[in-house]
Amino acid sequence: MSTRVVVLAGGLSAERDVSLRSGRRVAEALRVAAPELEVSEADVDSALLDGFRADPPACVIPLLHGAAGEDGSLRDVLESLCIPFVGSMGDACRLAFDKPIAKSLLAGLGINTPVSVALPHSTFRELGAQPVLNAVISRIGLPLIVKPTKGGSALGASVVRTAAEFPSAMVGAFAYGEVALMEHFVEGTEVSICVYDSPDGPIALPPVEIVPPAGIYDYNARYTAGTTEFFVPARLESDIAEAVAAVALEAHSGLGLRDLSRTDLIVDASGTPWFLELNVAPGMTETSLFPQALSEAGVGLGELARDLVLNAIARNS
Amino acid sequence: MTASEIRALFAVASRPEVVSLAGGMPFVQALSMDVMADTVAKLIRERGATALQYGSGQGDVTLREQILEVMEEVKVTAHPDDIIVTTGSQMALDLVTRVFCDPGDVVLVEAPSYVGALGVFRAYECGVVHVAMDDEGLSPAALEEAIRDVRASGRRIKMIYTIPSFHNPAGVTQGPQRRADILRIAQREGILLLEDDPYGLLGFDGEPPRAIRADDADGVIYLGSFSKTIASGLRVGWAVAPHGVREKLVLAAESAVLCPSNYAQLTVSEYLATQPWRDQISTFRDLYRERRDALLDSMTSLFPSDITWTVPAGGFYSWITLPEGLDAKAMLPRAVAALVAYVPGTGFYVDGQGRQNLRLSYCYPDPDRIREGVRRLAGVIESELEIAQTFGTGAVLLDSEGSVNPAPNIL
Repeated sequence: MSTRVVVLAGGLSAERDVSLRSGRRVAEALRVAAPELEVSEADVDSALLDGFRADPPACVIPLLHGAAGEDGSLRDVLESLCIPFVGSMGDACRLAFDKPIAKSLLAGLGINTPVSVALPHSTFRELGAQPVLNAVISRIGLPLIVKPTKGGSALGASVVRTAAEFPSAMVGAFAYGEVALMEHFVEGTEVSICVYDSPDGPIALPPVEIVPPAGIYDYNARYTAGTTEFFVPARLESDIAEAVAAVALEAHSGLGLRDLSRTDLIVDASGTPWFLELNVAPGMTETSLFPQALSEAGVGLGELARDLVLNAIARNS
Repeated sequence: MTASEIRALFAVASRPEVVSLAGGMPFVQALSMDVMADTVAKLIRERGATALQYGSGQGDVTLREQILEVMEEVKVTAHPDDIIVTTGSQMALDLVTRVFCDPGDVVLVEAPSYVGALGVFRAYECGVVHVAMDDEGLSPAALEEAIRDVRASGRRIKMIYTIPSFHNPAGVTQGPQRRADILRIAQREGILLLEDDPYGLLGFDGEPPRAIRADDADGVIYLGSFSKTIASGLRVGWAVAPHGVREKLVLAAESAVLCPSNYAQLTVSEYLATQPWRDQISTFRDLYRERRDALLDSMTSLFPSDITWTVPAGGFYSWITLPEGLDAKAMLPRAVAALVAYVPGTGFYVDGQGRQNLRLSYCYPDPDRIREGVRRLAGVIESELEIAQTFGTGAVLLDSEGSVNPAPNIL
């Protein structure tokens, strides 16, 4: 039986660099934890599937970020080829990757999420930008955050504190996608909760608290070592820590995710957690949150990757 | 958008699906690899013990003599002892700045200027002051005004840094009169002129422009490079400096790297001694001229009429000015999603200018790819104009952070 595990990283998204770093880190950890596996790294290109057909891998770990990696499309292809892979199925990814859809599904499950509006550029063009922006402000208030509905790493995201900043924030978001999410900006403690599936069910890792330098956890704050302060576990009262873990577990199960996910939340001054977004391919770089949470829990990244790979192979056979 | 965000976008540009008009990699594939292999093999067989050994801090003396021959093309005459061989001319730039500049000293540079030089000046904590250019490069009137203003502010000017031929990124060239005017100002004001000339032999029409250094051996330091005329991977460049300066540069070089790579130097030397290098440069010129034409022709037919660009008479780059209200940096994610890359203009300034500009390079992709890249970029610009129209022309992104350029190995 093949023992070949392919870590897929790179791709064509703006998060290519992050993905490559995640891929290298997971591949190295897996090589150490599971020397019996033959671990290789591959980019996504037109030669990939021919290679898979000629020599099917035992398992694939997709660590692609951005569209093809997280919107479920690549996973659909892997499913079609009956290739086991680590992570959520395509249809669940589609729900989680689209922020407004994930928000509305989780709101339906009783999870708090900041009020928001998602609009394509065409709406602004047809109705005039200013009247629409005014309507959005009157609906969700200031400050608000604008971000592309799809995509991660805070690319194209900016906080709007005055109406004058709103148009430039929209231009920034539309540079990354056709639809922009405008969401009330909840002031509070930024927390991420990573979840992984164990044989006994999903487990929430210790919450990670993020204290970015200028108050905003943007791309630079995410991937430049030393710029952001992290607290693991987050400095939360125990009941609030339990509440955020419950939200993450409910999001993971509620959207039908599997193997691993990361839920980003804000805890406001009253201790209420507000769901912001879900990641089906959480970053695994040296500054990423998932490895930090694993480390706090005493779980090795390589060991987790090995368990998830073996589980993926087993569930496919 | 932050610097690291832009670097992330450049990471995508290395994928083959992306037409990259961003990087400045010379098209070394135009060299005969058989010739290069034979050259290296012969070198190692016949002089391996020398090539693989430490060498002199100033550089191999035979190569320095050969560099004199190369510089005859731009009418520079010097003595081999006036030359110091460096690891690319970038190292020469670093050494000159290290030797001459104290923190706070001012370097006058063109607006825009080579991003690698801006990085060096910043690293040595120099004050960088941009001086306006026109169709013939650095403006003498603006230069005089900048000198007056800087001195009036009580600061000390150490150098004027200029790329007179086929400017990176602006694509313009100083004519003979312009060069004379700039030299006269530098001499009158007693300011050292640092002439960076990596593209001088890559002109598309007529003789290579006469270097400024050809008319002043004492007040000008000349930087040359084999990166574009032979191969950038060899990392061999040089500086020509007056005697007193050269001694200091050699000492600084020795403390930095002991000596430049003997292997790379002797490879260049062997190549110059045994190959028709002028013919090879002529091949490069023809290749880059064809690519320049592909870029200019496709921009003329595909870009909206209110976009302007410079017409380079040599070198690698054209400098584009977008319509009012467009921000080249904010547009980059859209371009990368459309599988075309460029360098936003802000990277070539230290003071936030250049939002409306971008640099397109035509050195690496073949003409068909260049045309496809311009077609994609035209679509991107059209979409961005729609967004600007919707949200108003003042709706540009507010944050900015430093100069950003693709890494040297990014296409």
